[in-house]
Amino acid sequence: MSTETITAVEPKRESLFSKKNRKLLTDPLDDSNPITVQVLGICSALAITVQVQQAVIMSLAVLFVMIGGNVIVSMMRNIIPDRIRIIVQLVVIASLVIIVDEVLKAFSPDISEKLSVFVGLIITNCIIMGRLEAFALGNKPGPAMLDAVGNAMGYAWILLAVALVREVFGSGAISFPGVGQVKFLPESWFMANGGFYENNNLMILPPMALITVGIIIWIQRSRNRSLIEEN
Amino acid sequence: MAFNKNSNGYTFLFAILMVVLVGAILAFTSLSLKPLQKANAAEKKMMNILGAIGVPSERGAVEAKFMDFVKERVSIDSDGRKVDSRTGAVDATDSDDPFNIDVKKDYRSKAAASELNFPLFVCNKEGQDLYVVPVVGNGLWGPIWGFVALESDMETIYGAVFNHKTETPGLGAEIKEGFFQAPFKGKKISKVSPHFAVVKGGAPTTEYSVDGITGGTITSKGVGEMVDRTMAIYLKYFQSAPKAQK
Repeated sequence: MSTETITAVEPKRESLFSKKNRKLLTDPLDDSNPITVQVLGICSALAITVQVQQAVIMSLAVLFVMIGGNVIVSMMRNIIPDRIRIIVQLVVIASLVIIVDEVLKAFSPDISEKLSVFVGLIITNCIIMGRLEAFALGNKPGPAMLDAVGNAMGYAWILLAVALVREVFGSGAISFPGVGQVKFLPESWFMANGGFYENNNLMILPPMALITVGIIIWIQRSRNRSLIEEN
Repeated sequence: MAFNKNSNGYTFLFAILMVVLVGAILAFTSLSLKPLQKANAAEKKMMNILGAIGVPSERGAVEAKFMDFVKERVSIDSDGRKVDSRTGAVDATDSDDPFNIDVKKDYRSKAAASELNFPLFVCNKEGQDLYVVPVVGNGLWGPIWGFVALESDMETIYGAVFNHKTETPGLGAEIKEGFFQAPFKGKKISKVSPHFAVVKGGAPTTEYSVDGITGGTITSKGVGEMVDRTMAIYLKYFQSAPKAQK
């Protein structure tokens, strides 16, 4: 291919949106999805997928912390001593999370109230640590940022998909901030009003998140055969 | 590279510098944002007190409304004796102001009740005196709290708001929803123990109890327990205090 020969002849600076770098953005959405393929970040996928609203807040928070963490660690990659690198990564993540939390508490207390429970979950989110260790430590800040965005998005869409299933079947409605609950089914369908339908309370409990993630993995693998391991 | 980044000396130096730097950044952030955070928390408390007497309010316009409705802030000791009282604007620096008593902190502190003071907010809405009592307790996963407003007979519940930190969404977390809080209105605080109870979801209720949340039994019980325990202290004050004029 002609483009390859050109880059081989003059090893110029790679553009931020070269084919290789774009793969950093798109790969985590499917082929190397952090939750369904790498099986990282499962803990928070179980804990906060009861409501779509919470999943959105968590995804945004993870996106922010991931970009910040990846870029900062990538900038420091040449001065971090190998033996304490995990601690350094943890300090970077934890500081970012605390600063975000403090700023929200001061300027947007209502969001902070919703987020407060999840702050601890962001610090321990294995995806963030995983990307810092696997990618940011060995790459320049630009690609590290793309990698962060890609992985945060891959995390976010699984979270949203699971939350959608769980909230619709568990609560029979989706609650939006400012709007309140939007119900899909007519009230008369519910058992309490003499109908035939009952919300599935099992959906609200954590095990159903695992089963929902399992179903997503099943669908993904039957669609994308390259993910199936040969043994 | 000019230095060996894996030598012991460098590792120690890096760790020390990192800790100092990060500590300084976090301390600075925390200190510079503290006044704003405190103001937000005070505002939220006023909103909750107004919420218990059924007055809607929103951030930014709370304080004036709070002044309109809350006539007096009283603190009492565990024997029901009046300790202190304030009227007029809330002074955030006055640690004796009953508004500034942190009941959540007191509850966690495990200090004996006799060492603590308990705040009571006397409100006036449409000519009727209302008494707002803050309650704190434990849910299934973490703290729960709220405000219960009593009518001028100091017995009938006028309204209640509850909130929680980490209860299960869809189950225990529902205590902050209207359908759970509405049935409190019109119920009574019993003069004899148990003063109040939240019964298992669907079980029959009496004058002194409300229906809990199905699947949120432990959180519901926590609400009942905190109202019961707190009212035991305030009842002593109510029984000795002169009945307010209607």
